[in-house]
Amino acid sequence: MIPRAGHSVLRQARTQLKRRTGPAPVASLSALARLLSSLAVLEQKDGKLNHGSLGAVTAAQKLGGSIIGFVAGGNIKAVAEEAAKVSGIEKIIAVDNAAYDKGLPENYAPLLVENIKKGGFTHIIAGHTAFGKSLMPRVAALLDVQQISDITAIEDEKTFIRPVYAGNAIATVESSDDIKIITIRGTAFAAAEAEGGSASIEDGVDPKAECTTEWVSENLAKSDRPDLATAGKVVSGGRGLKSKEDFDRIMLPLADALGAAVGASRAAVDSGYADNSLQVGQTGKVVAPQLYLCAGISGAIQHLAGMKDSKVIAAINKDADAPIFQVADIGLVGDLFDKVPELTEKLKQ
Amino acid sequence: MSALRILVPVKRVKPRVNKAQTAVETAGVKHSMNPFDELSIEESVRIREKKSYPHGVSEIIAFTCGPPKSADILRTAMAMGADRSIHVETKEGDEIEPLSVAKLLRAVVQKEKVDLVVLGKQSIDDDAGQTGQMLAGLLGWAQATQASKVSFEGDGKGVVVEKEVDGGTETTRSHLPMVVTADLRLNEPRYASLPNIMKAKKKKIEKITAEELGVDLGKRLKTLKVIGKWKWKRKWILNMGLDGTSANTIFAEPPPRQGGGKVEDVDGMITKLKELGAI
Repeated sequence: MIPRAGHSVLRQARTQLKRRTGPAPVASLSALARLLSSLAVLEQKDGKLNHGSLGAVTAAQKLGGSIIGFVAGGNIKAVAEEAAKVSGIEKIIAVDNAAYDKGLPENYAPLLVENIKKGGFTHIIAGHTAFGKSLMPRVAALLDVQQISDITAIEDEKTFIRPVYAGNAIATVESSDDIKIITIRGTAFAAAEAEGGSASIEDGVDPKAECTTEWVSENLAKSDRPDLATAGKVVSGGRGLKSKEDFDRIMLPLADALGAAVGASRAAVDSGYADNSLQVGQTGKVVAPQLYLCAGISGAIQHLAGMKDSKVIAAINKDADAPIFQVADIGLVGDLFDKVPELTEKLKQ
Repeated sequence: MSALRILVPVKRVKPRVNKAQTAVETAGVKHSMNPFDELSIEESVRIREKKSYPHGVSEIIAFTCGPPKSADILRTAMAMGADRSIHVETKEGDEIEPLSVAKLLRAVVQKEKVDLVVLGKQSIDDDAGQTGQMLAGLLGWAQATQASKVSFEGDGKGVVVEKEVDGGTETTRSHLPMVVTADLRLNEPRYASLPNIMKAKKKKIEKITAEELGVDLGKRLKTLKVIGKWKWKRKWILNMGLDGTSANTIFAEPPPRQGGGKVEDVDGMITKLKELGAI
């Protein structure tokens, strides 16, 4: 059992730390670490650290306390060394076993549980990604904890903010569990600096749980364009594009002119105009780029849930009453088949 | 190997908030089944109809945990093809957390000797996306989340599932018993026909309490406040509501995003994009 750290105790510890100038002595750091320590579950693929998962470190920094990173997989040394350079992490726990390469929750969850018990962490943080979504609730159940999903902000060590109802309402929830299991919305926590840190690396415990599931294959959309979830600019097409050929002919050159990632509405995906990995919305990806430029998208509530935190929203639609214009900073009423190519041409100049 | 016994948990998604944003509107608002749960019912019925599992399906049991009115969606599930239902009744306005639901489901799985549980990947009210994974963890079963295709191997044991992951799909092979959660593209749910709606009225709903299943529904999370912006649109399947109606729930209007008006032409758009520093 982990003793519960009351809010005031933590605050005291933090203010004491803040009052010191220069490097804080190790003794008081470890005193705080005993109160609050976060395990950031980092993702890796094919021996490379997934930098998108470093938002977990940023979230842990907001909590205060010590930050430990966790990686597992075959030949994990290179990934662990990469993770050790991440700013803000004081220790990396690495488990070298190829059985964990694919992040299958059946054996990865017991692995995490053992390491959480051994390390006595108070907060376990992972991204709300396919990996985090399938793994973390299983971990939570094994620890008898009610997970807090897809948070967008942290108030204090037990109070978190998360969108509900497709982002139409924002709930503030307080957890009474001793261990907080949290997944974070990647667009709400920027990835931690991948340089400047010098964490120690330590072997984790490996319970070698049997895995009842085997990985067969994957079919990932290959693209030279930026990744949708993390791109600074996104151009997105909807049902107004009429066909896959038109989608590719109209949207892809615009994306390339802007150096943007490509997204799509659910309607466009369901009609087969775009791959479903490009879907933006409540049940697709949530993006928050500097620029979200959409064409032929009416602006259904489920779609807005996936993009309304974008810095600038620009929309092209022939229906002047489309709801997208209520949120767009720049609206252009017109036929996208004329306007988008014109825009593409003028941007290239 | 014997025929499959499938459990399908469904959730009634809650009513909207009234315009004054002071309470949950319950009068005259249509409630509906969580759309992802329609997919899981449909998939279970298809496994039976298409005989995709070599030993057949002996029973499809729908389950819900919610207020008395949740019986409506159990009727819908049975009109779509579920054989019978189990209803754990709670008080109107009581929120049951995914961990508690998973524990209820574990008890039902053990009681009814279920070997496949098909859930939706998330509910569109709480957006948590946890219940299926938690259940698999509690049972120590294999899990396949966000399924877009489920197929059974000839030996009646292996189950191959194509799952939606970031950037595409991933295929895994597991063995029964297991838990599967449905994603949007798994299938196209059917509408219940009138004769089937009539037939469903004769099917049985068994009422059972959490105590009888030995599950404590105590909450671990307290909702301090919910800030919502509510719109009224008739066509949405999203019936919006709020998380609980307890005294510590505060309603308020968040700053809504303001549209910035329209431009005349492409040149105007480019000018404004530059102005806003977007390009």
